[in-house]
Amino acid sequence: MKPLSQAVTSVPPSGIRRFFDVAAQLEDCISLGVGEPDFVTPWHIREAAIWAIEKGFTTYTSNYGLFTLRQRIAAHLKARYGVDYSPESEMLITVGVSEGLDISMRALLNPGDEVIFFEPSYVSYAPCVLFAGGKPVPVPTDYRLGFQPDVQRLREAITARTKAILLCYPNNPTGAVATRAVLEEIVRIAIEHDLYVITDEIYDRLVYDAEHTCIASLPGAAERTILLGGFSKSYAMTGWRIGYACAPAQIIEMMMKVHQYTMLCAPIAAQKAAEEALEHGEPEVERMRREYDRRRRLIVERLNEIGLECVPPQGAFYVFPSIRCTGLRSEEFTEQLLWEERVAVVPGNVFGSSGEGHVRLSYATSLPKIEEALHRIERFVSKRRR
Amino acid sequence: MEPEKQKALLEILEQDARTTPEQVASMLGVDIEQVQRTIQQMESAGVIRRYKTVIDWDRFGEERVFAFIDVKVSPAREVGFDDVAERIYRFPQVHAVYLVSGDHDLRVIVSGRTMKEVAAFVAERLAPLDRVQATYTQFVLKRYKEDGEVYAETEPDRRLVMAP
Repeated sequence: MKPLSQAVTSVPPSGIRRFFDVAAQLEDCISLGVGEPDFVTPWHIREAAIWAIEKGFTTYTSNYGLFTLRQRIAAHLKARYGVDYSPESEMLITVGVSEGLDISMRALLNPGDEVIFFEPSYVSYAPCVLFAGGKPVPVPTDYRLGFQPDVQRLREAITARTKAILLCYPNNPTGAVATRAVLEEIVRIAIEHDLYVITDEIYDRLVYDAEHTCIASLPGAAERTILLGGFSKSYAMTGWRIGYACAPAQIIEMMMKVHQYTMLCAPIAAQKAAEEALEHGEPEVERMRREYDRRRRLIVERLNEIGLECVPPQGAFYVFPSIRCTGLRSEEFTEQLLWEERVAVVPGNVFGSSGEGHVRLSYATSLPKIEEALHRIERFVSKRRR
Repeated sequence: MEPEKQKALLEILEQDARTTPEQVASMLGVDIEQVQRTIQQMESAGVIRRYKTVIDWDRFGEERVFAFIDVKVSPAREVGFDDVAERIYRFPQVHAVYLVSGDHDLRVIVSGRTMKEVAAFVAERLAPLDRVQATYTQFVLKRYKEDGEVYAETEPDRRLVMAP
């Protein structure tokens, strides 16, 4: 048979797979490897979606998504970050940020165009760039600097083929929140080199002791920025697959073309649920954020005691400690911890080479489970500590 | 400790009274002494009443009957309903007493081992009290949620064990 797509064949499968299969089989395994909230969607949101289905909201919507939802998102973004997006022409409801990311790339890239992103990064970035015919250019960050985007390295990575910078703050997997000053510098660089900025702000509502800066709100940024956001993390709505893209009208028009011919529209029940979330979800967002914050403080303190050094993450729900004191590589650590203590974590190297020497722990897990997992990790590390 | 953190401390203990001062301290980013001191203050001020455990007696296999009893009371000068309420809540069988708006004046929750026992309590203790004009008893058939606790099977964690 003829060979399958080169672009797809060249992309390695997700590095998590191998551990997933083991972890799924182990009986009393505690997983700190999950990248989604442990809360279920707040009941008022689920209830609103049930109502919508009962009322017959079972159809396609506009390709752009429900106008009322776009209006609410526009108002929400305006109130929170002072950014102005027209619900008529500068917004698109997507099937999660995942789709937003994919269609951003396809709308922007010509074959060979380079997209710079900082790693450790979410695992989908490089593949999405590759699928769109582009070239991913990962730029490492340093854990001693709290995984802040390194502007100097960014400058060095820019070539004549660079098309866009892709950002994700608050960050998965490091929990880093980019400072306003760094983001301003990135905007200056983007303007200087005429680059697009794609910003994945799915974790925008989960920040602790820090403020989230929406990069589109910085002077000169909005005209070259695609802002991607969604409901999965803030409202515990991962399974609803609902997000949005905001960008200048001519970019949205291109993204919309891909969306129209491939996705058609985001599911209507999820769009109705998202409306309810924006309308009445604020207290729940804050309740969950507070709960994450308490776990975060606890887990950071305990990890440092255990010897797995970590800078307190300021966002998302991950800690990304160094495991160097054990002398193990990330995958060895993960595998041995899984078999010996039945705790699942994600090896840092799957998020990029500067993630080597780290593992990702999610604190989107109940407190008693976190406690037990830390207890086991402590026992594991104490046997190996050098 | 700042009022905001005091409130957070109370919320944490309300959710799980067994959270240790060490844990509370790291969750709130304050030192342990401060946590201990605040807890003591809250205890002596009566803000923290006591620490108890939520038990599902049904699951343990012990039957308990609960009834809501709406009580009509003629109020008295100077004391209103307070003295009657007090006479009622002193009985250990009485789980809760509220002054309520509407057709009746007091809502009393009574528990007992059997319906007979609860009925006897109403007939012999509650109804004959001075100024109690009428009682209206409703037995609880099934308890779904109480004090924020849902008494159903806990829903399983449906997430995949690992996800990026």
